[in-house]
Amino acid sequence: MAEVLVYVDHVDGAVRKPTLELLTLARRIGEPVAVALGSGAENTAAVLAEHGAVKVLTHDAAEYADYLVVPKVDALQAAYEAVSPAAVLVPSSAEGKEIAARLAVRVGSGIITDAVDLEAGDGGPVATQSAFAASFTTKSRVSRGTPVITVKPNSAAVEAAPAAGAVEALTVSFSEKATGTKVTARTPREATGRPELTEAAIVVSGGRGVNGAENFSVIENLADSLGAAVGASRAAVDAGWYPHSNQVGQTGKSVSPQLYIASGISGAIQHRAGMQTSKTIVAINKDAEAPIFDLVDYGVVGDLFEVVPQLTDEIKTRKG
Amino acid sequence: MSLRIVVTVKYVPDATGDRHFADDLTVDRDDVDGLLSELDEYAVEQALQIAGEADDAEVTVLTVGPEDAKDALRKALSMGADKAIHVEDDGLHGTDVIGTSLVLAKAIEKAGYDLVISGMASTDGTAGVVPALLAERLGVPQVTLLSEVSVEDAVVRGRRDGDAASEQLEASLPAVVSVTDQSGEARYPSFKGIMAAKKKPVESWDLEDLEIEADEVGLGGSWTKVDSATERPARTAGTIVKDEGEGGKQLAEFLAGQKFI
Ligand SMILES: Cc1cc2nc3c(=O)[nH]c(=O)nc-3n(C[C@H](O)[C@H](O)[C@H](O)COP(=O)(O)OP(=O)(O)OC[C@H]3O[C@@H](n4cnc5c(N)ncnc54)[C@H](O)[C@@H]3O)c2cc1C
Ligand SMILES: Cc1cc2nc3c(=O)[nH]c(=O)nc-3n(C[C@H](O)[C@H](O)[C@H](O)COP(=O)(O)OP(=O)(O)OC[C@H]3O[C@@H](n4cnc5c(N)ncnc54)[C@H](O)[C@@H]3O)c2cc1C
Repeated sequence: MAEVLVYVDHVDGAVRKPTLELLTLARRIGEPVAVALGSGAENTAAVLAEHGAVKVLTHDAAEYADYLVVPKVDALQAAYEAVSPAAVLVPSSAEGKEIAARLAVRVGSGIITDAVDLEAGDGGPVATQSAFAASFTTKSRVSRGTPVITVKPNSAAVEAAPAAGAVEALTVSFSEKATGTKVTARTPREATGRPELTEAAIVVSGGRGVNGAENFSVIENLADSLGAAVGASRAAVDAGWYPHSNQVGQTGKSVSPQLYIASGISGAIQHRAGMQTSKTIVAINKDAEAPIFDLVDYGVVGDLFEVVPQLTDEIKTRKG
Repeated sequence: MSLRIVVTVKYVPDATGDRHFADDLTVDRDDVDGLLSELDEYAVEQALQIAGEADDAEVTVLTVGPEDAKDALRKALSMGADKAIHVEDDGLHGTDVIGTSLVLAKAIEKAGYDLVISGMASTDGTAGVVPALLAERLGVPQVTLLSEVSVEDAVVRGRRDGDAASEQLEASLPAVVSVTDQSGEARYPSFKGIMAAKKKPVESWDLEDLEIEADEVGLGGSWTKVDSATERPARTAGTIVKDEGEGGKQLAEFLAGQKFI
């Protein structure tokens, strides 16, 4: 069976969920061969094997942390040349897309970005994309070279499928350009203890209606009662009430959870672009005319400061 | 030393309009007004600020797009850019990201540059990969997705806020930079700026000027193919209740019914 390269997104060996989803999708079109780079790369092997990786190619070097993007492109290209895959799948993070794009042009292949589903087709893998703030669904293919496809988080269910997962050292020689952009300092994001926004099954977001940084605890309390991640609209972020890393929307994160709860958010097109594909959508807004209500499965017209705490209490009571 | 800045700006259909695909599955530009992609305004803004700090700098705005794309160039000129280049050719219709990056890279080389500044993503295709592709094609460092940027003594520095960490980056010019909407509000064109823009030079180049073969671009030259585009079915109207004191409890009941609690 054809081999499919899967680029592994991990932090010090802890594999992020979107990569496990990619392994599920990769198995639809071939045999997954994972590529894990940087510190802790070898520690990813067990979980990758559990989810279907027949092989795990690893390489560590200081360059991955010290320089931006290009060393990873060099390594993925080395893996590409070693394996001659039928397709290359990369998680659709900002960095993942940049790595994938540079690889694609180097190896003479087209690229599809932000796929939300993937199937085998007669002329190679067929990707589903979501366009124009999720108002259209397109099906596309790479028509030249080896398909390079980046896939958004939450595009497939993670499935266990034990495979050999044999670790092999990848040989990488860095290009002259690899050290062009130096990373001179790095501040890791502080852990909140809540699920990762893009990976969470439930997201609870607040907007301008929350009216102050201190009031965001209302949103956080609801999130914690549901084990959810916290999101924010750009208006709330621009006002300095919540960090930009939690922004949902076109220029923030795009989320596609089972449940999205928006409080005090009007539903501007740029916000919708980041949450419209959520399975179930709930909104609380005091304006009955707010556009967000066009999207909802359930909406409450009311003051979020009344509705949200009552909801939180009720959830806690029901959960005992 | 003079600093030559090229800003790539895209002409896109207005996101608040009713965007559609045309019969050939490319973006339908007839039904919706076009404008300068809002995220490229941030790129123009940072270019103007960097130019303002330099002894001697020139800001050129560059677009690849149909005739109407001149509107995007005019907007950028009225913000304060010095001159514009419009790459326009019937053969470009339907070009994908690989082809677009080829055309932009050739045009940037022909124009001459020390620094290229792009937006973080377009507001229509939203791929967010053109800046990285430009760096790859031009063979210069990519310093992308910056929420803060500065240039001093031919070195560009900036902050990139990623998923796992916030990074400080540094590269020598020439380089390709892209900036996010966190980089600083874009200025509004002044009346004077709008008047001045009318007199600024706009150069037009076609594929021949850039020595690009017709089969390298356009729908035919694309390395990707769209097979179908379907409008998402309208959501079935949801239940909407007015809070009369029990709104939170009613919502909890709904969530329990959906097995979320
Ligand atoms: C290029 C570009 C990119 C953008 N990217 C993003 C993005 O990624 N994410 C994003 O969110 N936006 C983005 N925006 C901004 C977007 O256009 C909107 O301005 C923004 O989403 C509005 O945020 P909001 O809904 O919180 O605020 P508003 O639109 O002001 O809505 C606030 C809502 O709160 C309600 N409200 C007020 N008080 C209460 C109360 N006590 N109880 C209940 N409801 C209350 C109001 O009725 C209102 O509907 C972008 C814009 C541009 C131009
Ligand atoms: C819904 C949709 C999905 C698409 N998906 C794909 C896909 O999966 N693969 C693919 O190959 N093509 C795809 N395309 C085509 C692609 O959008 C165009 O080729 C486009 O010109 C470049 O990509 P982008 O708009 O996504 O730019 P991005 O990479 O998002 O743009 C980043 C920056 O590059 C600069 N830039 C981009 N285009 C231009 C331009 N024409 N002129 C000047 N500056 C520019 C701007 O500074 C912009 O801010 C898609 C188009 C649409 C409408």
